[in-house]
Amino acid sequence: MRGRLALVRKTIMLKISKLTKHYGSGDPVLKELDLTVEGDQLTSVIGSSGAGKSTLLRCINRLVEPTSGSIDLNGTEFTTLNRRELRAARRRIGMVFQGFNLIDRLTVMENVQSGRLGYISTWSALTRRYPRDDIRHAYELMERVGIAHYANKRADELSGGERQRVGVVRALMQRPEILLADEPTASLDPKTSEQIMSLLRDLASELKLPVIINIHNVTEAKEYSDRIVGMRYGRIIFDDLPEKLTTAEMDEIYAGVPAMDRAAVGASVGAGA
Amino acid sequence: MMSTQPLQDTLDHWSRFTLRQRLMRYGGLALTLLLVGWALGSIDVIWEWVWDSPRQMGDLFGRMMPPDPSNLPSILEAIWQTVNIATLATMVAVVVSLPVAYISAQNTTPNRVALWIGRFILVSSRSVNTIIWALLFVAIFGPGIVAGIVAIMFRSIGFLGKLLGEAIEEIDHKPVEALEACGASRFKIVLYAIVPQVMPAFFAVAILRWDINLRESTVLGLVGAGGIGMILQGAIDTFNWPEVSMVLLTILALVVFGEVVSSYLRKKIL
Amino acid sequence: MSGAKDCWRKPPFIANPVLRYGLYGAVLIYFVATLATLPIDWDRVADGMTRAQRIFNGAFPPNFERSGLLIDGFLESLKIAILATVGGVALSVPLAFMAAGNIAIKPVYFLGRAIIIVARSFHPVIVAIIFVKAVGFGPFAGALTLVVYSIGFVAKLLAERIEEIDFGQVEAMRSAGAGFIATLVYAVLPQIMPRLVGLGIYQLDSNLRASAVVGIVGAGGIGATLANAFGRYDYDFALAITMVIVGVILISEAVSGFVRKRIA
Repeated sequence: MRGRLALVRKTIMLKISKLTKHYGSGDPVLKELDLTVEGDQLTSVIGSSGAGKSTLLRCINRLVEPTSGSIDLNGTEFTTLNRRELRAARRRIGMVFQGFNLIDRLTVMENVQSGRLGYISTWSALTRRYPRDDIRHAYELMERVGIAHYANKRADELSGGERQRVGVVRALMQRPEILLADEPTASLDPKTSEQIMSLLRDLASELKLPVIINIHNVTEAKEYSDRIVGMRYGRIIFDDLPEKLTTAEMDEIYAGVPAMDRAAVGASVGAGA
Repeated sequence: MMSTQPLQDTLDHWSRFTLRQRLMRYGGLALTLLLVGWALGSIDVIWEWVWDSPRQMGDLFGRMMPPDPSNLPSILEAIWQTVNIATLATMVAVVVSLPVAYISAQNTTPNRVALWIGRFILVSSRSVNTIIWALLFVAIFGPGIVAGIVAIMFRSIGFLGKLLGEAIEEIDHKPVEALEACGASRFKIVLYAIVPQVMPAFFAVAILRWDINLRESTVLGLVGAGGIGMILQGAIDTFNWPEVSMVLLTILALVVFGEVVSSYLRKKIL
Repeated sequence: MSGAKDCWRKPPFIANPVLRYGLYGAVLIYFVATLATLPIDWDRVADGMTRAQRIFNGAFPPNFERSGLLIDGFLESLKIAILATVGGVALSVPLAFMAAGNIAIKPVYFLGRAIIIVARSFHPVIVAIIFVKAVGFGPFAGALTLVVYSIGFVAKLLAERIEEIDFGQVEAMRSAGAGFIATLVYAVLPQIMPRLVGLGIYQLDSNLRASAVVGIVGAGGIGATLANAFGRYDYDFALAITMVIVGVILISEAVSGFVRKRIA
């Protein structure tokens, strides 16, 4: 049953090395960062705001242009691609956003199919006559995440959790080799956000798809991830199994965070447990 | 503070504004009076005519009554022509203004040169009035409806392009980012992430301009560019005042009709 | 999942197919019919191209030699605009009270609305032609025209503002035993004053624009200068005038925007 969704392919590997990003003249946001992600792991990146989580994720598909370093996805070096090559390469990376980033006035189906825009002809994009395979694939994925009956609804008629499911399906429509999720649950209520997290975890193993998630909520990260990466000031200072993340390490990752914000992080740890 | 102000007015030590505010107010008032005095003192009018004008206007109005409907068929035909001028010109202008809006919006313009070309088109189109455009195109195309359509079109491009450009600048950038991440080409991003967001503004602006163009089309005929204005000019030139008033009534009806239609469309589409 | 559908159509904007295709058909027929019956005389257009060539050749370079005439024309436009704005705003205040549904009694309300609709419906050029016939050529006709033009805009928006006022203050005044006029002056006028000043400044700007146009039909100002230049085939002078008009309009737009921002 799931055979159609999962693509048979060799083990996926994303290898980031010595990645550096400067904005303007200030301190670099990312400092010679190394990270390797493989297989069907769900990796959570945690850290206080400003640690560089979002920049790291956006450097991978070059929504943010890295200053130096290397990003290698299964043998393709991303940092040296020209515009045209980059467009083709970006199809291989799915991305899910904090604000869902859907097109409100279009139907769910159009939003989902916009994940295929890199593949289909301009004419079928314009006339909304999508290839049969894509439509079948879209219905299968929408059914999998429970939004198939919304195909003809406008995206802005959906609830937050449903909208994020549309975002996930749009990313999966690309048949990506890796899925990036930038704070996918930060705009959702706690219950919905757990549903989305467990959906992402299940999809990772069903589709043999590595997933990298930026996340604020440490409890959720610990519960759903196979691996946790802790960032601080543009560097990785923790990289291990979730159960290895102790209070001491938490303190180090979030050190220097004002007491109020730390209390909030602590509270979310307590509330989730 | 405003609501208690009238009652407190009776206290003798209270004042509503600070000294600076009061100076600003009196300054503004004095400046206005000065300007009015200057304008009245130096304007080139024959004051006897001014004092006589109420009688003159009453006289003209008297001669306009009652309106003469005998020429109604050709008036209605000219009205139909007027509607066509406004509609066709709006349609064409909308299509032409799209690329202009695209290159003159900060966030979609391909480069600075295009941005300035776009802005130049918008400013020159907007600053030159329809009538002046009409004078030019009547000289080029000869008198008639075509000159009128082109004139209205030229004037509308600036208006539509400016408002559409502003709508493009106000879009939410996030869907654009999402489609960039999907590897979509620039044109498809415009198609999927920008066009749907600009659509409501697009229709609102087009309807608004159609309504304005309906009004503008009524005067094109006065410089020979077709429509009801031609009949009006003819009637005025032959001192056929009852027909003038008939034409004015028809124009009034046309404009009210235009407002009803455009507010209906606005409600229906948005 | 094996039964998944593989076709999808975007739901049409108008669900009813008869209505939808009927509408498409009607629009299509309208365009074909109007475009086909458009009296385009291609010979005349071809002829017009050489004519356009001549106009442009005649227009470049713009001729600023008679700048005295140009400045006089502009000053006259400015005077017309100032007088028309002051007169128009002064007339707009009572008219706006008449046309405000929450203040005026029904018959007065309808009369006020009717005057505003009529003032708004006629393009200033048409109004100008009538006034030129009634009171003669010159700036007086122009000023009268722009008074009407100002009423259509200022009175309408002012009436809308009056309809939005906080009525509590009016009731407070009435309960204090104030008369009708006192109520208006103390409870309503302060609330609408900022709007009135803003509208006045905006209208001065639009009147300056409009005065450039109404002159073309004989109502004085720079428009008259332009029409004369055009009529005498002085295209270089006409271009100079047009350029100055564009410049002045841009400046006046910027100034009016700046002042309104400061006041608001």
